[in-house]
Amino acid sequence: MKPPSLGAILLGLIPFAATCFSVALWDRVHPMIFGVPFNFFWLILWLLLTPVCMWGAYRLEASRQRDTDHEDGGTH
Amino acid sequence: MNPSVIALTVICSIVAVGSLVGFLARFQHTMDLEQWTVGKRSFGVVLVWLLMAGEIYTTYTLLGVSGWAYSRGAPVLYILGVQPLAYVFSFFILPQICELGQKYRLQTQADVFQTRYGNTYLTAFVALVGVISLLPYAQVQLTGLGIIVEVSSYGGLHRTPAMVVAFGIVAAFVFVSGVRGVAWVSVIKDLLLLFTAVFVGIAVPFIYFGGIGPMFAAVARAKPNHLVMPGATTNLGHSWYISTVLLVSLSFYMWPQNFAASFTARSGNTLRRNAVLMPLYSLTQPLIFFVGLTAVLVLPDLSNGDLAFLAMVRKTFPAWFLGIVGGAGALTAMVPAAIQLLSAATLFAKNLFRPILARGMTDDQVAHLARMMVLVLTIGALVLAIYTSASLVSLLLVGYAGVAQLLPGVLFGLYSRRVTTTGVFVGMAAGIAMVVLLMLTGRDPFKGVNAGFIALCCNFALTGVVSLLTVRASSR
Repeated sequence: MKPPSLGAILLGLIPFAATCFSVALWDRVHPMIFGVPFNFFWLILWLLLTPVCMWGAYRLEASRQRDTDHEDGGTH
Repeated sequence: MNPSVIALTVICSIVAVGSLVGFLARFQHTMDLEQWTVGKRSFGVVLVWLLMAGEIYTTYTLLGVSGWAYSRGAPVLYILGVQPLAYVFSFFILPQICELGQKYRLQTQADVFQTRYGNTYLTAFVALVGVISLLPYAQVQLTGLGIIVEVSSYGGLHRTPAMVVAFGIVAAFVFVSGVRGVAWVSVIKDLLLLFTAVFVGIAVPFIYFGGIGPMFAAVARAKPNHLVMPGATTNLGHSWYISTVLLVSLSFYMWPQNFAASFTARSGNTLRRNAVLMPLYSLTQPLIFFVGLTAVLVLPDLSNGDLAFLAMVRKTFPAWFLGIVGGAGALTAMVPAAIQLLSAATLFAKNLFRPILARGMTDDQVAHLARMMVLVLTIGALVLAIYTSASLVSLLLVGYAGVAQLLPGVLFGLYSRRVTTTGVFVGMAAGIAMVVLLMLTGRDPFKGVNAGFIALCCNFALTGVVSLLTVRASSR
């Protein structure tokens, strides 16, 4: 199987860095934002930002796939 | 009119409509094995989305999560960490699995191992791990359903008859319509659940505190430690959070039913688009937390945290509304249970029974055996749910850590040429042995780190090392 492109993997690592490894930085109650504790707010925010990162990864993978399909079409 | 009768009528109507849709999904499709298990690989973005969402929102995400928010506080945030990251990870493996499936006409997770490693015993081992892990999962759905129907009918219908009837229906529509039936029942279930989560999640904090902000302020004043990790626990801190989020998000799609959903998709790009959009579906999850957190101050003395969501609804709303929540909850148990039973039955018939005991079976005979196994496994889960109760959650956690051990075999299998059958076998067996040892002796979390995660790391290391040692001896 052809592995995903490096760019797509890097985009996929952003949500991991933001919501998993960095827990010690954002796991606190204050400042509350819109009345929601900071840790809750941060994770809810990343429910919206993760699709943005993955949309970028999707564009990369889709264009790469079009290229290979094109090559296949040319050689066969 | 008696509130119990009103609520029960609403619950039964919802379940009846849902089941009818499940049976009708068969319409205009002939049911061979490929249609039954993977819907002829014809699902577009919408149906795949419904099927996957149907698998994610289980009784655990409704009752268990509000229960954790109620009894443990901030550690429940791991759910919000896990869900988007599981989709991110799926972006990098499911499209490849889907394409592999189309090329070799695969229908189960174990089929992938058979194609990649070509060892019948490894495949059978993978299938066995899947079936053994799935049975307690289906049992959790059953028990959850029993609780939901009993509480939301004001005790009018006891849990045992509720479980028997509901699972009779589940077995019947899986038997008749296969995965297509499951996807369509999911439509009704998700609409109802979305409505319930949004309405209850906003209304309950508003009714008792005047809004979500004032509710948090009140909880922060009364229990300042509840809203940061480790919350009301002593051992669920940051190292636990990181290891658990990694373990669960990376192994979520190792559950055979979640894995096999990728075979239903029309193309790899359908799954990529799906992975981009899925995190938005998790936006309803915090609303379920809010209900559990409101209960911390409003109903401080619940005997069982898992009752927090239903108890809040029962205290706040009229009987007919409790009926809607109960009906949505019942379908929320039935849909995932249906997929779990279907996956376990197919694994048993196709990857365990035929290759080991009856090599001469035709595909039609396998399809027939798989359908029969749905009935057998349903009865098995029912017996377990009725006669055992104590260590339910711990069983499920062992199952989770167990399926996680399939990850190195899948990941190396997709992207590495050097991995060997021996390496995967040794790593997996060692990982599962560690899971059983650490978890059944009550050592989870182990020194503040999720025990399943430790086992997974050892599994990865062993798979790598043994593969390098055996690579020359193998065919390459």
